[in-house]
Amino acid sequence: MKEETRVPIQSDHDIVTARQRGRTLAQQLGFSNSNLTVIATAISELARNILLYAKKGELTLGIIENNGRQGLSVVARDQGPGIPDINRAMDVGYSTSGSLGLGLPGVRRLMDDFEIVSRVGKGTTVTTAKWKP
Amino acid sequence: MAVPILKQGPYLIASVQSALTDAELLELRNALVLMVGKYRSRGVIVDVTAMDVMDSFASRTLRDIAHMIRLRGAETVIVGIQPEVAFTMVQLGLTLEGVATALDLEEGLTFLDRGVKKLGGHVGASG
Repeated sequence: MKEETRVPIQSDHDIVTARQRGRTLAQQLGFSNSNLTVIATAISELARNILLYAKKGELTLGIIENNGRQGLSVVARDQGPGIPDINRAMDVGYSTSGSLGLGLPGVRRLMDDFEIVSRVGKGTTVTTAKWKP
Repeated sequence: MAVPILKQGPYLIASVQSALTDAELLELRNALVLMVGKYRSRGVIVDVTAMDVMDSFASRTLRDIAHMIRLRGAETVIVGIQPEVAFTMVQLGLTLEGVATALDLEEGLTFLDRGVKKLGGHVGASG
């Protein structure tokens, strides 16, 4: 990764900060307007997930490259309770927090790459990326 | 209050000026539900032109506002959803079902006026 920005997530203000940072970085990379919104929205969902389930964590935004193609990576990391059943968490409509349950499945739909690693009692890391067309 | 709410005749107009935190969205919801009674408003317009992100929380809060205002006897119309925001919302499956929307403030006012005239003060749900 060439460049990294870390945004601590501990309050709803941090959600706004994270998505603004992400939008700025994506803009620098030359993403289209609709992709800027897509990226900012995915960041918002990831940051809120941290806040809802782990109370605090961190978002890392970075510029990535693969075969000359540029992209933006968004990694959400927390040391929260972890997700016991990832398949269920990825189910549209399923939520343990009383939200819409669109968080993680929504992020998967918005981003190109999506990977989730979670260990109960240890925490969750969601690694996502959006590539420039 | 992060969002100014103006009283214009029988309507309340809330114009979102910048990105809102979750707490500010809930504050807007609570203020509108109270003010619609205080001013005996017939309709509420929430102008979201300045909102660059409409995630699941914002979308759910807007839907809640519209439903709560309806329970209070008035109608809500959301105006100014930007093209990129609409694109992302549909990808996320956020369709604001059962909530009236209009292109901009002017269209929103026309929508509310029509309902107030046609139904003698009570606006229909769909439209």
